[in-house]
Amino acid sequence: MKLTIGETFKRLRKEGKKAFIPYVMAGDPDLEKTGEFVRLFEACGADIVEMGVPFSDPLADGPAIQRAAERALQNGVTLRKVIAYLKRFSHEIKIPVVLMTYYNPVFKYGLNLFVSDARDAGVDGIIIPDLPPDEADKFISHARKGHLNTIFLLAPTSNDDRIKKVLKASTGFIYYVSITGITGSDLLLDGSMEVLISKIRMYTDKPIAVGFGVSTPEEASAVARISDGVIVGSAIVKRLQNSPDALKQYLTRLREAIR
Amino acid sequence: MPALKELEKAFFSAKKDKVFQGELRILQKTYIGRPTPLYFASRLTESLGGAKIYLKREDLAHTGAHKINNAVGQALLAKKMGKKRLIAETGAGQHGVATATGAALVGLECEIYMGTEDMERQALNVFRMKLLGAKVTEVATGSRTLKDAINEALRDWTTNVRTTHYVLGTVFGPHPFPVMVRTFQAVIGREAKKQIMDAEKKLPDYLVACVGGGSNSIGLFHAFLDSDAQMIGVEAGGKGIDTGQHAARFAGGSLGVFQGCKSYLLQDVDGNVLGTHSVSAGLDYASIGPEHPYLRDSGRIRYTYATDEEALSAFELLSRIEGITPALESAHAIAEVVKLSPGLSREQIVIVNLSGRGDKDVQHVARIKGLEL
Repeated sequence: MKLTIGETFKRLRKEGKKAFIPYVMAGDPDLEKTGEFVRLFEACGADIVEMGVPFSDPLADGPAIQRAAERALQNGVTLRKVIAYLKRFSHEIKIPVVLMTYYNPVFKYGLNLFVSDARDAGVDGIIIPDLPPDEADKFISHARKGHLNTIFLLAPTSNDDRIKKVLKASTGFIYYVSITGITGSDLLLDGSMEVLISKIRMYTDKPIAVGFGVSTPEEASAVARISDGVIVGSAIVKRLQNSPDALKQYLTRLREAIR
Repeated sequence: MPALKELEKAFFSAKKDKVFQGELRILQKTYIGRPTPLYFASRLTESLGGAKIYLKREDLAHTGAHKINNAVGQALLAKKMGKKRLIAETGAGQHGVATATGAALVGLECEIYMGTEDMERQALNVFRMKLLGAKVTEVATGSRTLKDAINEALRDWTTNVRTTHYVLGTVFGPHPFPVMVRTFQAVIGREAKKQIMDAEKKLPDYLVACVGGGSNSIGLFHAFLDSDAQMIGVEAGGKGIDTGQHAARFAGGSLGVFQGCKSYLLQDVDGNVLGTHSVSAGLDYASIGPEHPYLRDSGRIRYTYATDEEALSAFELLSRIEGITPALESAHAIAEVVKLSPGLSREQIVIVNLSGRGDKDVQHVARIKGLEL
């Protein structure tokens, strides 16, 4: 039986553990290979997988993920194909799948159809970095009806109003962007993140996962101590071409660091 | 989002602030050289044999295009907001030059993002920006043109948002950019309205402007929206709509959400943004400012396109017949006038926005004609 995001965080909380959330770009280099990576993530102890959908203009992404998206697009991978693949694949894994896609492909797909197809394909949550909650009423209402989690982003610049708005719109978990910037930037561990996360915790008991810029096991460990989960994207994408053993070793070290 | 809220607040308070408006007016007059002339193009009028054609000479504004109106406005605003650094995207290089100029004027750091392909087409403007003290950063991702430069500028802005203001160059992107840029550009139409009343004692029958993102056209049209003037926006038809190599969003696009706003977009069935083509870098863009679809759907503005070839012959025609070399962007508007005017009567009046001068395009046009300068 496939686990939901909610069940996963509930279990982790009970066990006093933190979530390890690796990211992969769907279709880089092809969808079958993406499936293999996800199985490897699960085998190495991942709790949730975040799967990127390639888009022509990935505004929130740094060079590593931009290039991955370009490769996937060159291979003809689209949102439709990612969903069709997941429909066949997602029962092979137990961990929940979160899709990260930009808004225009979803808009073009049709909000209602997208939500029901994604749900059918075993997707449990959606992240749309270029859709602020202010503009997301329609999307949220479709997603609620389709029992799909909507995960919105908070950043170091988010003020109290912003925090309240994002918390209200988010289900599953809150995505805290560790830095002002794009994916794969350098992480700054100066204690300010801890202050902001405790501020967010004053308003919510929803799980908070931290992403953007987490690269080394040491960073993962530091971030895990102050949050409920750690998302690692660019650093994994960069290592997918490494030997399977080296990749496995890296994932295992991350897993051990996140506790 | 907090940055957009901060900007919205700063812009609307500056709009009401007499001191800010006073400073802006002085700079418009003494630095940009406003009002720009409204010139009666008698020889062009004669040769086309139809309506009286007036050119709104934005090409005579400082730095050679209408872009400076917006750049100086935003630079002044950024300074007031306490920002240390300006960033901008540029296609043809005109907005990059204008922003670098605005940064030099108010004393801020400046970095300009420009696609690799555009840097090749507009080498002269790249050097001008550097001369003005700006850092020019090449964008080699995606289609390597204007839209990718905007992506990169937005990435920079999210990274350095506390110290940096993003001077978006057109009436596009998230609120408040479309309304802010329109406000700074609307001076074009306000002046033209007064100038045509002085010259002809009546308002024009037609207004024509090229449309890339749509700032020079909105700038001219805005003051006339409540008049009876017919308005025509001219998109880049590239090598023809059938070839798929164009930037005519209305003729070949559909509704999409891109770079922070909902508008017409050249995209494939999966919502990925398509590559565009135009001989003019400034019109080579996959989407269009969101007010344009609004004005089109309400029937207020008609949109058409001119091909590369038509724009190139208008470029030469205006040079030869009036001694004015238009920017290739503005040449698209002239190309429409060439088609429109012969069918109009001699009593009718057309105002064309000559949004920029063509010096920057001379090398590019020579190359197209097979000449090495």
